[in-house]
Amino acid sequence: MTLSRLPLAAALLGATALGAQAQDLRIGLASDADVLDPDQSRTFVGRIVYASLCDKLVDITPELEIVPQLATDWSFNDDNTALTLTLREGVTFHDGTPFDAEAVARNIERSQTLEESRRKSELSSIENVEVLGDHQIRLDLGQPDVTVLAQLADRAGMMISPDAADEAGADFGSNPVCSGPFSFAERVAQDRIVLEAFDDYWNADEIHLDSVTYLPIPDTTVRLANLQSGDLDIIDRLGATDLAQVQGGGGGITVEEAVSLGYQGITFNVDNGERGDNPWGNDARLRRALSLAVGRGIINDVVFNGVYRGGNQPFPPTSPWYDEDFPVPERDVEAARALLEEAGYPDGIDLEVQVPNRPENLQVMQVVQSMASEAGIRVSITSKEFASMLQDQSAGAFTGSQVGWSGRIDPDGNIHQFLTTEGGINDSGYSNEEVDRLLNEARTVSDDAERKELYDEARAILNEDLPIMYLYHQTWLTGLAEGVEGFTAYPDGMMRLEGVRLAE
Amino acid sequence: MLSFILRRLLIAIPTILLISVFVFTLQKLLPGDPILAMAGEERDPATIEFLREKYRLNDPIPVQYVTWVGNALTGDLGISLRTNQPVLELIGQKLPVTIQLATMAMIFALVIGIPAGILSAIRKGTLTDYVANVVALSGLSIPNFWLGIMLILLVSVKWQLLPASGYVPFGEDPLRSIQVMLMPAFVLGTALAATLMRHTRSAMLSVLTSDYVRTARAKGLSERRVILRHAFRNALTPIVTLSALLFGELIAGAVLTEQIFTVPGFGKLIVDAVFTRDYAVVQGIVLVTAVGFIIMNLLADVAYVLLNPRLRGQ
Repeated sequence: MTLSRLPLAAALLGATALGAQAQDLRIGLASDADVLDPDQSRTFVGRIVYASLCDKLVDITPELEIVPQLATDWSFNDDNTALTLTLREGVTFHDGTPFDAEAVARNIERSQTLEESRRKSELSSIENVEVLGDHQIRLDLGQPDVTVLAQLADRAGMMISPDAADEAGADFGSNPVCSGPFSFAERVAQDRIVLEAFDDYWNADEIHLDSVTYLPIPDTTVRLANLQSGDLDIIDRLGATDLAQVQGGGGGITVEEAVSLGYQGITFNVDNGERGDNPWGNDARLRRALSLAVGRGIINDVVFNGVYRGGNQPFPPTSPWYDEDFPVPERDVEAARALLEEAGYPDGIDLEVQVPNRPENLQVMQVVQSMASEAGIRVSITSKEFASMLQDQSAGAFTGSQVGWSGRIDPDGNIHQFLTTEGGINDSGYSNEEVDRLLNEARTVSDDAERKELYDEARAILNEDLPIMYLYHQTWLTGLAEGVEGFTAYPDGMMRLEGVRLAE
Repeated sequence: MLSFILRRLLIAIPTILLISVFVFTLQKLLPGDPILAMAGEERDPATIEFLREKYRLNDPIPVQYVTWVGNALTGDLGISLRTNQPVLELIGQKLPVTIQLATMAMIFALVIGIPAGILSAIRKGTLTDYVANVVALSGLSIPNFWLGIMLILLVSVKWQLLPASGYVPFGEDPLRSIQVMLMPAFVLGTALAATLMRHTRSAMLSVLTSDYVRTARAKGLSERRVILRHAFRNALTPIVTLSALLFGELIAGAVLTEQIFTVPGFGKLIVDAVFTRDYAVVQGIVLVTAVGFIIMNLLADVAYVLLNPRLRGQ
């Protein structure tokens, strides 16, 4: 480089603008969202964008209580076969269309009938929708179903402008029109999604930002580097192993934590196709032996620096639905060996487990492998790319599968479809009449205490049968740059921007 | 010259067809159902079946291929399974990004590689030569992802000189656009610079010992003129071929570099598409890349002829 070129280089390097952001929030997401149509979308990060774009009928608190959003009040009838909702007045969609009971009815119809809709099963219990007035609506259910309310706290309850939806059809996602605090401005695939504050938002007093930009940055290190360099204000899913460095490293970065609603565990092929007929599928004692051999706390300490939570149920220990009678078991290698011997394997036994080829999952399985070996269980790990693994799993081409679930607000969403005989994602092939009865009945009871008893009863059986051996629950770690105020982490991992502001 | 170009273009057609068959079948051999990969946690059987029909995944593979080629000929490369965007539109969005990255990387590579190669050839056996060789070898040996992460940590996090990642369109803010792209282009360029340097050095060395260079020196021409005008120009032919071939390496390198720096270009598009089994996107990108590669090679051939008069008329 000659001397005459130096000033140019200096200008290039020096002119990076780092400050001078008005109230434009930049959020780094762990991946790119899919199509931005609440009826069609399926990614977790898509839901993070919706938290600012599309209001739902109801919302949740960090303690998982259901609270008003577009519906101000609701009640089930006595036998839980109808849900009546009172809607908020004075709400408009981003295109100016007023929000009323008719709009809700058209939204539910679209979720149930659009061919591309992925919300059909979530709303399958709604058989009829009755508009009772401008701002009152009744959902008639085919059978008692209290879980429908929690569905309305997620994508199935997101209200989109019915006119815009009719016009765009399945192409709605390229220009979504909802009623949330921010409206859609621009999207460049794999680069950014830009939302702008919606002036006519019903709760505009709580919105202090002018715009939000979501940038997908899959690499955890690079995402964090962007936060540290001041290019981002908030990042999704900070790495558990980076937490100590961030908290001790200065730079004003703070981290908000919330234990997620989901779980990670090992699903056993109990009776899914021919391969269900194997020692691990046939004898619950082996599964219990593995569970005893594996210290949940050790996994958490070794792989996640103790930031996540060890678990043994579909609900994390922080959940109101967690059954305290079955605390996370202590590791007991002797008991595991005794069970193996009782089952007829005094010399140990082999177990093949498939794992998604992601570093975190692989590390977890390696820790499981080494703990299990001390009890005489020789775990072999087959790492597969995630899409292939899912395919093998649903086809029953596995013995054990290290897989998880992102979690749902209602407890039913974490357990019913996996462990009832007819469950849509029952890849284990598990079937137990009593469990079916308890989990089905739990859907029909609106009293939480009564419901919990049913889940607890099912837990007692499932703890013996162990078709799914739960290992741990992820903690959402949201990184905030210096100057970001008013952010609260939620167990559903969504970023709600009401009250969030950037200090000048 | 024109007939030469035309002939080359005709040869390219079967090549492109062959590539398309290859990609199409290989991709179908990949395990993992695209619709299942898309469905993720929500696996509603009716919807899955509907989507399989919609994207014609239930047709036999040869039928799918013929449909695809037919549509491609009319400029319709299909729709992304993941975002519902037309593939051509996606590629149109990503192409300028990767072209900018590749161009800037090539500039880095040329500016570093060629002078270093010439210098180490004319100072063969001296300290300069050794230093240049060591630097070139390190450029080849240092993995892109390591260099990338190190640069991000030093330049962006510690010194806060450049943005850590992302992309700004050149038309929107040229200065910022170049700033954002500096680090990725440097990382991508270093490995190429090393290859270029090694080849320039050996090409120069062989030319420098040839008769006409000795004659030129004997005529009393200045050393500068001998090296640049007589030696370097003749050494250029293999270097031009190499640069064209490096285009492929550049695209391959861009895949990794774009991942590290989250540059929303071609490379990132293809990696994400493979993982989500977004067939239409993968096919579209491979097709466009293959065509690009063929055009680059054609340009290289034309450039030879222009650089080396002896090849004209052949």
